[in-house]
Amino acid sequence: MEHSFFYKALVFLGAAVLFVPLAKKSGLGSVLGYLIAGVFIGPSVLGFVGAEGQDIMHYAEFGVVMMLFLIGLELEPELLWKLRKSILGLGGLQVIVSTIFIAGIAMLFHFNWQQALALGMILSLSSTAIVLQTMAEKELMRTSAGQSAFAVLLFQDIAVIPMLALFPLLATTDILHKPTTDAHDAGTWVDGQPAWLHAAIVLGTIAAVIVVGRMAVRPLLRLVAKTKMREIFTATALLIVVGIAVLMGRIGLSPALGAFLAGVVLANSEYRHELESDIEPFKGLLLGVFFIAVGASIDFGLVSQHLKEIIMWVLILIAVKALVLFLLGKVFKMGTEQNFIFSFSLTQVGEFAFVLFSFSFQQGILSQETTSIMTAVVAISMGLTPLIILANEKFILPRVGTGETEERPADEIDEKNPVIIAGFGHFGSTIGRFLRANQIPATYLDLDSDRVDTVRKMGLKAFYGDASRVDLLQAAGADKAKIIVIAISSPEKRLEMIETIKMNFPNIHMLVRSANRYDAYDLMNAGMLHIYRETLDTSLRVGVDVMSMLGFRKYTAQRLARNFMRYDEANLKRLSAIRNPDEYVVEARKYMEEIEATLQSDRQYFTGESDLSWDPDKLIEEVRASIQENPLQ
Amino acid sequence: MRKILIIFAHPVLEKSRVHKRLLHYIPQQTGITLNDLYENYPDFDIDVKREQELLLAHDIIIWQHPLYWYSAPALLKQWQDLVLEHGWAYGKNGYALKGKKLFNVITSGGSLQAYQREGYQQCTINEVLKPYERTAEICRMTYLPPFWVSGTHKLELPQINEYGHKYGQLLLRLRQESLKDEEMMQASCLNDLIETSENNLA
Repeated sequence: MEHSFFYKALVFLGAAVLFVPLAKKSGLGSVLGYLIAGVFIGPSVLGFVGAEGQDIMHYAEFGVVMMLFLIGLELEPELLWKLRKSILGLGGLQVIVSTIFIAGIAMLFHFNWQQALALGMILSLSSTAIVLQTMAEKELMRTSAGQSAFAVLLFQDIAVIPMLALFPLLATTDILHKPTTDAHDAGTWVDGQPAWLHAAIVLGTIAAVIVVGRMAVRPLLRLVAKTKMREIFTATALLIVVGIAVLMGRIGLSPALGAFLAGVVLANSEYRHELESDIEPFKGLLLGVFFIAVGASIDFGLVSQHLKEIIMWVLILIAVKALVLFLLGKVFKMGTEQNFIFSFSLTQVGEFAFVLFSFSFQQGILSQETTSIMTAVVAISMGLTPLIILANEKFILPRVGTGETEERPADEIDEKNPVIIAGFGHFGSTIGRFLRANQIPATYLDLDSDRVDTVRKMGLKAFYGDASRVDLLQAAGADKAKIIVIAISSPEKRLEMIETIKMNFPNIHMLVRSANRYDAYDLMNAGMLHIYRETLDTSLRVGVDVMSMLGFRKYTAQRLARNFMRYDEANLKRLSAIRNPDEYVVEARKYMEEIEATLQSDRQYFTGESDLSWDPDKLIEEVRASIQENPLQ
Repeated sequence: MRKILIIFAHPVLEKSRVHKRLLHYIPQQTGITLNDLYENYPDFDIDVKREQELLLAHDIIIWQHPLYWYSAPALLKQWQDLVLEHGWAYGKNGYALKGKKLFNVITSGGSLQAYQREGYQQCTINEVLKPYERTAEICRMTYLPPFWVSGTHKLELPQINEYGHKYGQLLLRLRQESLKDEEMMQASCLNDLIETSENNLA
């Protein structure tokens, strides 16, 4: 028994460690890496794992439960509200329209309407893991394409919940395969109960989850956090998720649904980030195992028999999804270029499809054959994503919309501006507006073609592309410019840019935006002299107003703030010199340590009398003393 | 009824002994406006338009400030440089301030005795204030003698309050026009024109 467990673990972990980095390296993404690993160790190739693949999948599905818990945790009400238009509008329409199209096509292939609808819903989803990963790697998250893709994926993630609830209604045959992610041992509490009691138990349990989550879990987490034992906190986090899953199984609901609910209930608790970081690795690992199991369960005999069908489905899906997304992008007034990026990046079918396929198979909606074929279709559509994105970048984008450089009449003299501003977000655009208001010509670089178009419409010179590329900087005139303002928001990209500029344009002055103190340390280590912390000036302005409202003189408060700013800049340099950059610390702890070190060293800050000339006390003392000595003066 | 504008400049009012008390005695009534420069323009960016409108709306202008190195704190100088524009306050077409009265309300560590030709300062307070007088004349205003609190370092609170009381009385009487111009021009300091109150001299 033990031997077989370790053996299995060895095979799974070994395959993951071997294939996932390879897949990532070649730009295929981790999901595909796991799938390939699964195929490799599965019966079709090496045969390390065989029939038990299905069994493992049931355990690994727990990763999906965790994923939904995490999605619930991340659903901040404010974020949802902010993106409500794109989530409900764009996301909702995408799912509905794609479902209808795909279901319609499926019916043409003689699926009955229940099966067609299930297929439509499953295949309308895209891969959160692949798309967000790719977007983040390409620094596209903040562009309108990135934001829209995020909104669509968020809606899809939420849409999975009603889909899970809807599938049992689509079952055409008797349920042959009992859902196995539920508690394996016992039947549910609702078996054999009358319908009204059934409903009451389900609603009561859900209400209990919400109430307990609000009232009891937070104090529990607080208590556990006080023990300062990290593993107990982790255990508690796991306990919550497992407990919810078991409970939901007992009342005959999907564990994923319950975990999602629990996540939403805890989304506003102060331990949200801790919970996230504790569950995240388990989720990642279990999902990995799940994908491997999916890969292992692909029946290649079947695939080779249906090769034509599979290829046809892949092409149909990509075409339909891209078309629907593009049209919706047009409706939602996305620029052509952004729209292409948006619609091509979401053409694949997502990882939820594997979950939903196995679920719909258990529910008796889809046959084993269809499930296997479609699993292959999904995997292939995922595998094609990097290629599609690449093709879009190489062949379509250069022909449409925003070019890298603006096309100008040939006779116009292309004078080089003395200032280059990289990044036209809130930070860079404010600098740009200020300079423009004072007739200082600047050249702008940005990754978002819509923004670049806007800047160009205003009559400014703008280049579109990754500002850390030498050729783009060259085209923007970095060899002639005096100053470059690095106002992009990604700290990694900033460092990359600095290295490129140092190497290729050593004479230009770099003025760099920094997010916070430790970001500033990295920039100092990179040799930057002009570092501007985003939050420093603004926070101090608030401090000045606080002092003023408390009755301090405004001029004094302002001088104190400027003084504090000078002190803080000097202190930053000092702390930068004594800190150990190699030390690895978790982000949250890093922040607390930083604050602590800062507060410690702030003790050296002496608000004392910086303006001695204006302080009459010493003078008064002297004058009065001299009167005593010489009363006649 | 005359309208009075007090243009006040003190960079560290929280540490002031005398000006804080003087401000306390300024009568709270319409027609007497306090314009606290260091509070209104902590960044030295003076709103010239607003200041000029204030000047136009008042008849008697006061520069109230401590005497720092025989002059005013920096922001009042900045105010003069920016607000008294050519073509508005002076020059061929600059008649905006014509006929208004102007004087300084000053505090000095040096005593009355020190500000004599033969004294420690080797000049009188009027000579120290010559730049302000000339400024007023160029802007076609009538320059009056100062209200002067001298020897501040030696003053105790009751004496300071007495100055404050006098300052308040002076403002009321200016407002009511109950001081004759000739009388004011002949005084060496405006303080001399106000009677000392009984109860404040303890």
